[in-house]
Amino acid sequence: MQISDSSSRILAGLLEARTGQQLTMSRRWRIETALSSLLRDRGIATLDELITILVMGKEPGLSDQVVEALLNNETYFFRDRTPFDMLARHALPALASRREGKRRLRIWSAGCSSGQEAYSLAMLFAENPQAWRGWTIDILGTDVSSSVINKANDGIYTQFEVQRGLAITQTVRWFEECDAGWRISDPLRKSVRFKVHNLLDAAPERGEFDIVLCRNVLLYLCAEKRAQAFDRLASAMSVDGWLMLGAGETVIGQTAKLAADPDTRGLYRLDKRGEASDRRSGDERRTVARAQVAGRGAVGGLT
Amino acid sequence: MIELERVLTMKTCLIVDDSKVIRKVARHILETLEFDVEEAGDGREALSRCEAKMPDVVLLDWNMPVMSGMEFLRMLRQRGHEDQPKVVFCTTENDMAHIRAALEAGADEYVMKPFDRETLHIKLQLVGVA
Repeated sequence: MQISDSSSRILAGLLEARTGQQLTMSRRWRIETALSSLLRDRGIATLDELITILVMGKEPGLSDQVVEALLNNETYFFRDRTPFDMLARHALPALASRREGKRRLRIWSAGCSSGQEAYSLAMLFAENPQAWRGWTIDILGTDVSSSVINKANDGIYTQFEVQRGLAITQTVRWFEECDAGWRISDPLRKSVRFKVHNLLDAAPERGEFDIVLCRNVLLYLCAEKRAQAFDRLASAMSVDGWLMLGAGETVIGQTAKLAADPDTRGLYRLDKRGEASDRRSGDERRTVARAQVAGRGAVGGLT
Repeated sequence: MIELERVLTMKTCLIVDDSKVIRKVARHILETLEFDVEEAGDGREALSRCEAKMPDVVLLDWNMPVMSGMEFLRMLRQRGHEDQPKVVFCTTENDMAHIRAALEAGADEYVMKPFDRETLHIKLQLVGVA
């Protein structure tokens, strides 16, 4: 199946308009593979015929399906392992100490695809119950694709997916067999929430996240939109929180709001000279607010 | 000199499977992961090979003639060698009951067939041999 340059430009334009993601020339080979099952299901003979239907606007909803099919949803449990070890060894103990007062952590898996990253995080906590007993661990997974978010919510994975990245003891502990494959256990499923969200939009929820993971997503954005996404991510982080990117991704030369954590390779923090300078953590803000109220009261008392 | 060092530090893997095709595919994957590979067609042959030279890891099928993978595993663990290899079941027995039985008998990991290179690589990393 051949695709003409003009057709591939139309599909690339559609993907970028809907998601901000680019379909660069080097990734255009994916088009035919990605859309083949959609063409088969819809009884459309060629990609150029698909483009004609899209352009004519004959079938509402088809463009959504095309965009969904073009997105790269590659993921697996504990992908690359090392970042999760780093979180467990460095970031989580530090946060456990800093948040001991309110005993609440918020984590955002941005661009979570079908949920494996978010569930991997949930396993990190669930497998260390002594350290986290009495804590509220709020894990949010978001993705621009509604189909992968539906899959993440279902928490059902194929045999191939469930053994990709997980130790067998984790499969036994956190999954049960079902007709459709392997379903994540109820306690773990209930500990993670999922939402459809575009990284280029405002943060999916109010409040600040202590850890934000955005791995292997930003590389699909052009420089301008990547900077915009970094702004969004930075604005959603607590002042002492961490951002984790994919292997080979960096903030260097991309944004002034984030900087590499000098103590931990692969983790990023708000740059104190930039974004963080006019922000304070929730605790600090409350302390300052209390001091201001107390100050006003004192002044009021004197007058 | 560097080549000699590389060969001397290569991990060894014994593939135990009655299917020549599976052995061939697994050998190819393992050699790309820089393992020194040996093969056995059933559990008894695998035990003999382990007696001669204990591998670092055994990639073990379940259903085989002469001696099954489970029988092999139980006998291997009973022998109490100090240099017990890691054992990774690699089988089409893909249900929870078989997985639990394998772990109880002393398996370290479990790969459900079919599998790909990346899955096997991660499993070998998880048991500390890759």
